[in-house]
Amino acid sequence: MTIDLKTVKHISKLSRISIDDNKAKKLGKDLNSIFSFIEKLNELDTKNTEPLTSIAETTLKLRKDEIKSENIREDILKNSPDKNKDFFVVPKVVE
Amino acid sequence: MSNITDLKLVELVDKIKKKELSSTEVTIAFIERSKKSKKLNAYISENYENAIKKAKIFDQKPDFKKKLSGIPIAVKDLFCTKNIRTTAGSKILENFIPTYESTVTQNILDEGGIIIGKLNCDEFAMGSSNETSYFGNVQNPVSENLVPGGSSGGSSSALAAKLTPATIGTDTGGSIRQPASFTGTVGLKPTYGSCSRYGIVAFASSLDQAGPMTHDVKDCSLMLEIMSNYDTKDSTSVEFKRENYLNNLNENIKGKKIGIPKEYRVDGMPKEIDELWEKGIKIIKENGGEIIEISLPNTNYALPTYYIVAPAEASSNLARYDGVKYGFRSKGENLIDMYEKTRSEGFGDEVKRRIMIGTYVLSSGYYDAYYLKAQKVRRLIKNDFDEAYKKVDAILTPSTPSSAFKIGEKLNDPVSMYLNDIFTVPINLAGLPAISIPAGHDKKGYPLGLQVIGKAFDEQSILNIAFALEKNISFKNNITDWWIK
Repeated sequence: MTIDLKTVKHISKLSRISIDDNKAKKLGKDLNSIFSFIEKLNELDTKNTEPLTSIAETTLKLRKDEIKSENIREDILKNSPDKNKDFFVVPKVVE
Repeated sequence: MSNITDLKLVELVDKIKKKELSSTEVTIAFIERSKKSKKLNAYISENYENAIKKAKIFDQKPDFKKKLSGIPIAVKDLFCTKNIRTTAGSKILENFIPTYESTVTQNILDEGGIIIGKLNCDEFAMGSSNETSYFGNVQNPVSENLVPGGSSGGSSSALAAKLTPATIGTDTGGSIRQPASFTGTVGLKPTYGSCSRYGIVAFASSLDQAGPMTHDVKDCSLMLEIMSNYDTKDSTSVEFKRENYLNNLNENIKGKKIGIPKEYRVDGMPKEIDELWEKGIKIIKENGGEIIEISLPNTNYALPTYYIVAPAEASSNLARYDGVKYGFRSKGENLIDMYEKTRSEGFGDEVKRRIMIGTYVLSSGYYDAYYLKAQKVRRLIKNDFDEAYKKVDAILTPSTPSSAFKIGEKLNDPVSMYLNDIFTVPINLAGLPAISIPAGHDKKGYPLGLQVIGKAFDEQSILNIAFALEKNISFKNNITDWWIK
């Protein structure tokens, strides 16, 4: 299988990472070499194998829904690249 | 008296408790040496002034019951530290100041540890040479222009150069054990679920584990004891009986059954590594251990499996970096354009490459062929270990297929870089504990490591086996301080 330029651009769109044509070409080359290495898995028959989704395979525990940290709004907002009073600011979404 | 920075962690703790040294003296000694070692580029952020203040406070009212009473320690910059910048080696988090503390660093603070700085690492822990960090390459103190390994490369460099008496790293596919091996230090990746992942910048959540990096096995046991706890803030944290690893440390390995997996004898592996392995086998036999040939038949499929599972999880975890609530933001014409530019400019090439691999293997039409397939193969790899552990108590292998390489040597060939982790990745996939200890040098004089892999939650056994190996190997790191003028 080969990943063509169109596919690279599609993946970049899905990943929300913009790339120019030059970068896309280089990435395509890297991805192809990585995927040809990954193809090795097809040698294995896994028809009757259950997927391993988590090594911990425990049931999730329940806990009370309690507030544990309070009054951290200001600290959290400090890390924001753009804010207005108590809000995060993003480019205009609604016309 | 010898230099303070030449002392090991357990020795330092002892000297502080006996009042032979104060926390302030020790803290200043490591800070002074760190200041002289900028050339290594091991630090991303320094916390020197604050640390000295804390040391002075400790000395005024010392609590010697604590396991790390007044000990300065620098940590990998992947652990969130409250009010101390945490970057994960990325431009996208260049100015991020956490409002909370990771559980593992909190455990260190609770035992009297003092954070002196945050150490360089591959961006989001994605790399095997510390060359993907936005904050630049790190020098291996062993030799100039040699990589310190990765992703915990700042940690291994700072430790080997004695800028910190011990440190902590994270290991998703070998990121503690490979840099430990490259710098002649000890590194342990605990069983998945042993150390809390709360507050660690996430890479691949089903594989990530924090662990200690130290000068010897004793120090490693002490650090693990401090780091490991059951934590309700991490849903995959496991409740099990945690040992007093240091107290229980015992070099008696009589009757222990040690497996040697034949699949780890890979083509083209340098002769020195084979000899090192033989040396380890000989020591085990001489100390009354039993060597048993075992087979882990799916070993060759571990790396391809890893390079599906890890990027898939990374692509989900890194979706949070959108330039809205924290981190770097680029200007865009609209919201989507802002996201795309932020991520394009904020992430480095290796991180983008992995996000894109992950996005692809999870995308519609490819999920079954790649992601599901990889999860099934992961089961087979785990089954291999389960089978092996019916016959043996632990497994001995080399830590890496080669010694440290030069900066830039493998940068343009991602697959060759990935092959570095061939002996470490299967252990993460199976969630097992493993320790790398320095065991010799190659002909260039670069350190080589041996890896002991244990049963899940049986860290004590691998520490004990490593302790026995360490005593018999008596490894000496020939580091010359070349970076200090």
